Amino acid sequence: MDFPILSSLILLPSIGALFLLFSKDQSSNTGKYVALFTSYVNFLISIYLWFLFDPNSSNFQFVEDREWLKGFINYKVGIDGISILFIILTTFVTPLCIISVNNTIKNRLRDFLIAILVMESFMLGVFCSLDLVIFYLFFEAGLIPMFLIIGIWGGARRVYSAFKFFLYTLLGSVLMLVAIISIYWITGTTDVIKLYEIGIDYKYQNLLWLAFFSSFAVKTPMWPVHTWLPDAHVEAPTAGSVLLAAILLKMAGYGFIRFSLGLFPLASETFTPLVYILSLIAIIYTSLVALMQEDMKKLIAYSSVAHMGFVTLGIFTITQQGIEGSIIQMLSHGFVAAALFFCVGVVYDRMHSRLIATYGGLVSVMPKYAILLMVFTLAAIGLPGTTGFIGEFLILIGAFKDNFLVAVIASLGVILGAAYMLWLYRRVVFGELVNNNLLKIKDLDNSEKFILWSLAIPILFFGFYPELLNNTIEISVNDLIENYNFNLNMYTPEVK
Amino acid sequence: MNNLNYILPEIFISLSIMFLLILGVFKKKSSNLVHYFSIGFLLITGILIFNNSLDLNITLFRGSYIIDSLSSYMKILTILGGAIVLSISRKYLKLFKIFLIEYPILILCSILGMMVMISSNDLIVFYVGLELQSLALYVLASFNRDQLKSSESGLKYFVLSALSSGLLLYGCSLIYGFSGSTNFNLISQSINSDNHFLTFGIVFILVGLAFKISAVPFHMWAPDVYEGSPTSVTLFFAIVPKVAALTIFIRFLYVPFINVIDQWQTIIVFLSIASMIFGAVAAIGQKNLKRLIAYSSIGHIGYSLAGLAPGTNDGIQSSIVYISIYIVMNFGLFSCLLMMKRNDKYFETIDDLSGLSKHHPVLSLSMLIILFSLAGIPPLAGFFAKFYIFKSVIEESMYFLAIVGLLSTVIAAFYYLKIIKVIYFDEEKEKYDTDHSLWLKISLTSSTLLILLYFIFPSKLVEIVSRINII
Repeated sequence: MDFPILSSLILLPSIGALFLLFSKDQSSNTGKYVALFTSYVNFLISIYLWFLFDPNSSNFQFVEDREWLKGFINYKVGIDGISILFIILTTFVTPLCIISVNNTIKNRLRDFLIAILVMESFMLGVFCSLDLVIFYLFFEAGLIPMFLIIGIWGGARRVYSAFKFFLYTLLGSVLMLVAIISIYWITGTTDVIKLYEIGIDYKYQNLLWLAFFSSFAVKTPMWPVHTWLPDAHVEAPTAGSVLLAAILLKMAGYGFIRFSLGLFPLASETFTPLVYILSLIAIIYTSLVALMQEDMKKLIAYSSVAHMGFVTLGIFTITQQGIEGSIIQMLSHGFVAAALFFCVGVVYDRMHSRLIATYGGLVSVMPKYAILLMVFTLAAIGLPGTTGFIGEFLILIGAFKDNFLVAVIASLGVILGAAYMLWLYRRVVFGELVNNNLLKIKDLDNSEKFILWSLAIPILFFGFYPELLNNTIEISVNDLIENYNFNLNMYTPEVK
Repeated sequence: MNNLNYILPEIFISLSIMFLLILGVFKKKSSNLVHYFSIGFLLITGILIFNNSLDLNITLFRGSYIIDSLSSYMKILTILGGAIVLSISRKYLKLFKIFLIEYPILILCSILGMMVMISSNDLIVFYVGLELQSLALYVLASFNRDQLKSSESGLKYFVLSALSSGLLLYGCSLIYGFSGSTNFNLISQSINSDNHFLTFGIVFILVGLAFKISAVPFHMWAPDVYEGSPTSVTLFFAIVPKVAALTIFIRFLYVPFINVIDQWQTIIVFLSIASMIFGAVAAIGQKNLKRLIAYSSIGHIGYSLAGLAPGTNDGIQSSIVYISIYIVMNFGLFSCLLMMKRNDKYFETIDDLSGLSKHHPVLSLSMLIILFSLAGIPPLAGFFAKFYIFKSVIEESMYFLAIVGLLSTVIAAFYYLKIIKVIYFDEEKEKYDTDHSLWLKISLTSSTLLILLYFIFPSKLVEIVSRINII
């Protein structure tokens, strides 16, 4: 067997966390450097992985298969074109979160870094796992560090938000566990690759799909179970919000592609209208809600729900464009939402207020900040030349192919998105400088500049050159759709 | 005479009880010595059982006593539990001035009773064992006799337990009357599901057993007794008798009454669901940690009973795995409880944990791990325990039980999170003492590490337990 590159990718942050655990000092810089070092090494490994990755093969690569629960479950990890991008997103965003602790985290720095690193391990595990039980394990384990991040370092209502986050997600997930065990007894395996080959009997698919859906819908989050997200986002510290928006939400989208479509094609076909309706409600309703927000973080949180509505819509169009668009939209949202939360964090650290009304006229005191925020705002709107455009555009093409009406309604969401983002920008950056406290505000410092620029570059780069992303995912998505249609055609006569 | 070889552990422990009694009476100030001796004797007993080998399967004394893998495994659990209880409670007992020779001797007595219970293959032997362990437990519950609460809990336990023993005995006599035998194997031969009076007998026995294992709706004694007894005794209550009671549950259901599974399956499912839900809901409002642990243990018993419902070997094994992991988690939790001491005073409400993480990072981290594990969050050991249970339950397509069980884990997660919240999110209070005994530290560290690292070798425990085949 080759060098277990994926396992080391998953384990490395935890090892870093273990090192930190044994350091006595809570607030030393050494701890931060250790964390930063581990996470950047992990980033380099994942980039190296991307080079090694062969985009012309539809098989899972770097597969590791070890006996774990004897005769029952194997520890199996591997990646295809879809998961590699999420892995890179994770390893890219985590170090930025670690850099951002400079200004945001005042107490228990060491514990915070440990939580972030452990979280990274779990998130990578989710995207690598090729066994349902392993997937569930990582998926659920992520709750522990996130609960602590919100609860210990969060804002005023942190306890309420942490509980809501934990219990909502747990409630959604337990049904998935029932489904996973049922799959084991129905087919005799929980190995995803084998399950793709065997397929699952039609009569079970609907219930299993719903069980998985309950978990992913909460995590995505889809309307009407999205209410935990604004609370969690608002109360979490900046780094926590960033991880939540950039990566945690993507786990669900990834789950939809990998498991809902891959394992239960017939049920996915049946429930597509349900997903369409929920996605459209999410896009329109949460955009309207976002318009009315006074709190910047809440506004971005609601915009996340709307963007994820696009993602679920794109996934369930089950067209090459739709799914590719969803994946790119998820990556783009990963960069953009992370950047926007960092931007809110920047002014929050200075003014200790998230209310839009506190600000106004920032452009004259923080010009650099204003420029970067403009880039991210436009990316969130989906201006051509940013990744946001590629994602939304492909999703809408996919939607038009599948259902005209759905696509038209979804397009309205794009307009609303432009409305609330630009209005936010206008209220925060332009206008009169009314608040006198703002006169003393400082522009971006070096670490903030670094964070925001390193997020702006991929947004623009992939916005102009999406081919690179496309190449990586194309074969995998194509394979997924072929498999899907094959199953559909095989069963349809029987069903009728 | 040959039979005696096999019950050497029981004989040894009886002799050591007598020896310790004599030692305690004739030698002044010997409580320290008796304590050490009893731990040593327990460990020797454990080794003797281990020597008997786990793969044995024989019945002794005309079939009234059975030594098989189930009994050996459970006895080892019981004895280890007893030994750990004795070793970590020394300091606590000394502080309350109840560090007496009677304490270890009573624990040994009740362990002897449990060993008889675990190995019984006959109604009478079973009842004798049960009474021996119960009598010792009554005294233990009221061991801190100067304290009103402790005496009260002992009395409560005695009255309710005697009632349940009465019901149980009545059930036994019904079974004997209608099957003509007290031996489990003979009962199973003469039993058929048409006989409704037999069902009465089964129900009475199950009621008695449910009381001993504190399953809802026969749980009322547990919170009061747990709260009132000295913490070291609560620790014993929460762990060791559960093992014996679970074994006898398994033995009863799967040896004499396996043919009438349709008669008792619904009862077990009901007991299990009621315990899971009630344990989760009732614990939410608790302020005292010991009471909370009582309700949480009711919930956990519900899960391990769920493993008995499907009527398969897998189910039994999952239940045994569950109780094993549950024991480890509880040792960890109680070790934390025994560490909450400031100026020679022990604290036991949830508020006393407030902001613990500021001054005691290691203690709070262990507690965090233990609590998340109790809540069943992966990748900790508690998740695997639940996972095995639900795996065996779903195998028999008992989806209702599985879904209710998993939903009640979400409710239960709430009160575990509440404790974590108090530890990590709330304002700090004064520091606690840190001069804990070595044993307490070892117990806490090892249980935490076992819970945390269980996922690396998850099949070791299952392999051991998979030797237990009852059906």
